Amino acid sequence: MLAYIGRRALLAVFTVWAISVLSFVVIQLPPGDYVTSYIAQMASMGSVVTDEEAQNLRIQYGLGQPMYVQYLKWMKQVVQGNFGMSMEWRRPVTEVIGDRLWLTVVVSVAALILTWALALPIGIYSAVRQYSLGDYAATFVGFIGLAVPNFLLALVLLYLGFTLFNAHIGGLFSAEFLDAPWSAAKAWDFAKHLPIPAVILGLAGTAQQIRIMRANLLDELRKPYVVTARSKGLAESRVILKYPVRVALNPFASTIGYTLPYIVSGSIIVSIVLGLPTVGPLLLKALIAQDMFLAGTIVLLLGMMTVIGTLISDILLVWIDPRIRLEDT
Amino acid sequence: MAEPGLALDSASVPPSGPLSATTPEQRIFVASQWQLMWWRFRKHRVAVASAVVVVGFYMVALFADFLAYADPHISEAHRSLMPPQRIHWFDGWRFRPYVYGVKGVRDPQTFKRVYRPDPTQRVYLRFFAEGFEYRFLGLIPARRHLIGVDGGLDASHSIFLLGTDVQGRDLWSRLMFATRISLTIGLLGVTTSLVLGVVLGGLSGFYGGITDTVIQRIIEILRSIPTIPLWMGLAAALPRDWSVLQVYFAITIIISLLGWTELARVVRGRFLAMREEDFVVSARLVGCRELRTIFVHMVPSFMSHIIAATTLALPAMVISETALSFLGLGLRPPAISWGVLLQQAQNVQTVAISPWLMFPAVPVIIVVMAFNFLGDGLRDAADPYGR
Repeated sequence: MLAYIGRRALLAVFTVWAISVLSFVVIQLPPGDYVTSYIAQMASMGSVVTDEEAQNLRIQYGLGQPMYVQYLKWMKQVVQGNFGMSMEWRRPVTEVIGDRLWLTVVVSVAALILTWALALPIGIYSAVRQYSLGDYAATFVGFIGLAVPNFLLALVLLYLGFTLFNAHIGGLFSAEFLDAPWSAAKAWDFAKHLPIPAVILGLAGTAQQIRIMRANLLDELRKPYVVTARSKGLAESRVILKYPVRVALNPFASTIGYTLPYIVSGSIIVSIVLGLPTVGPLLLKALIAQDMFLAGTIVLLLGMMTVIGTLISDILLVWIDPRIRLEDT
Repeated sequence: MAEPGLALDSASVPPSGPLSATTPEQRIFVASQWQLMWWRFRKHRVAVASAVVVVGFYMVALFADFLAYADPHISEAHRSLMPPQRIHWFDGWRFRPYVYGVKGVRDPQTFKRVYRPDPTQRVYLRFFAEGFEYRFLGLIPARRHLIGVDGGLDASHSIFLLGTDVQGRDLWSRLMFATRISLTIGLLGVTTSLVLGVVLGGLSGFYGGITDTVIQRIIEILRSIPTIPLWMGLAAALPRDWSVLQVYFAITIIISLLGWTELARVVRGRFLAMREEDFVVSARLVGCRELRTIFVHMVPSFMSHIIAATTLALPAMVISETALSFLGLGLRPPAISWGVLLQQAQNVQTVAISPWLMFPAVPVIIVVMAFNFLGDGLRDAADPYGR
């Protein structure tokens, strides 16, 4: 068990490293460097940066050095919690991101929980009552969920909310709470706004999980041990919930590692459409303004967040599934 | 698994002779692998219907300029945001489709520009009418379009089947061209990731050992990274002065880097399953070179699986392109794709007044669904010996 967790942790470390390299590539890709953009920005405000000053800045940021040295310098700063300056906002990147990262986490986790909460009962129902009206309905909704990209779903819901109820369904807070400090009232307001983005983000995953759960459970239900349990006079609900569902749950749980990156990815675009105060809209703005330290940091933090989430789910899986627990002991 | 010789010999069994079979059961025994797959696929009605839809969409992509009736780039400010026109199919009792002419007027209260149909003026549709010039299939200069109206397309006197956008460009015609771009980007993207997937998945499955471990870890790492922020970053870094064509290929490559892991997984799984099969072992024992073993003996017997996996990977490509362009990071105007068209629908207020701007979402959803059903059907048919 420890060996398994150790292996997953090692892979997580490698993944974080890969993400950091890719984030660095994102920062480095646009033509020019920090100083060129700084000079352009100063010029647009009417002040001039002399060549000497530019040279000093380049030395200060180590821009003349080879790529890997720059990468190592950046990593050293990142480890110390210094993510650089946002050129557009003229404030440290951490300050600009602020609460947004946590709101992204909350929205993603809410979507994940919703995915499970919906997929589990619906999947069981669909398998037990195969080819019933409810099963067909679930299959149909499932296909819609798979086929409609979530940002289009967000767009359609936004439109319906606007025309039918004349209400703006986007955002995570009502206007009066936007800049207010956290309080019980604000938290309640937040909880009321959370379901819509969570449903939109979770729908595709839910559709997929329903199909997986249904297929797994159908395989299990045909096995002799279910017939035996039934013939011994066990109540139907007990027959199903006690054994086949437990077995069918395992592959279901192991897909969480792939669901989380998917949800985090989706949350970016959906947040932009719905105008949520998460890192999504910030990332888009930063990319368009070529505010690369901000953009790179967001990519890095999102990646790290996903890796940590996946690692937690791996550990949970070990706890649920004895086959993994007993492997390599 | 099938004997690969059968798979190569896809010609059907001759109708007469010693092998000719009359009852259905006997037919199954002598049918080739592809024949069996076709029979299995045919049973999946939804998949067959989806195949028709997919072919239809690619026909639209091929004949986009013939199906469009207005130049997709010509804008006219005085016909911006025109609503779609209703077609009246019969003029009296005769089949002669027409639309009412449209008059733009200012609303006296809100001062907004509104369009009113003018029942006194009938604009008749003509089939195979002359319109803007284009090259049919990119080769033959032509002026004929599926539909058109008499006397050119000036504002008082024209058709807008799906209305116009903010700049007054005809949405129907733009949609036709967008279909071409969006579908070919999907196809090119999936081809690129297929090459990556087959090569890396093949190496991984064929050699096993350390190669396999390294490639599998790379795939695992790639799959646990949230891809959209990363691709957004890469797409945003494309130089602004690149031409439409350069951006097109760059975006294709970016989105294909996203899709290859799943294909590699499928290919590796097949290789692993087949490495120990009798016919592969005997091919090796009679001294076939490695490449010959792979391409002559192994690939034909899992070709069908690859086709199915490719079909299932295509929707993700189409969605990625649409999402990137929708955010303004993918293809940029003057290129036209579904995502570029949907960019105009980003603002709720605009959409509430002109809901037809959301219409390009419809083909996206239909194509994604059709490819999913088709892929499902192909996947079931790919292994016609199961069940």
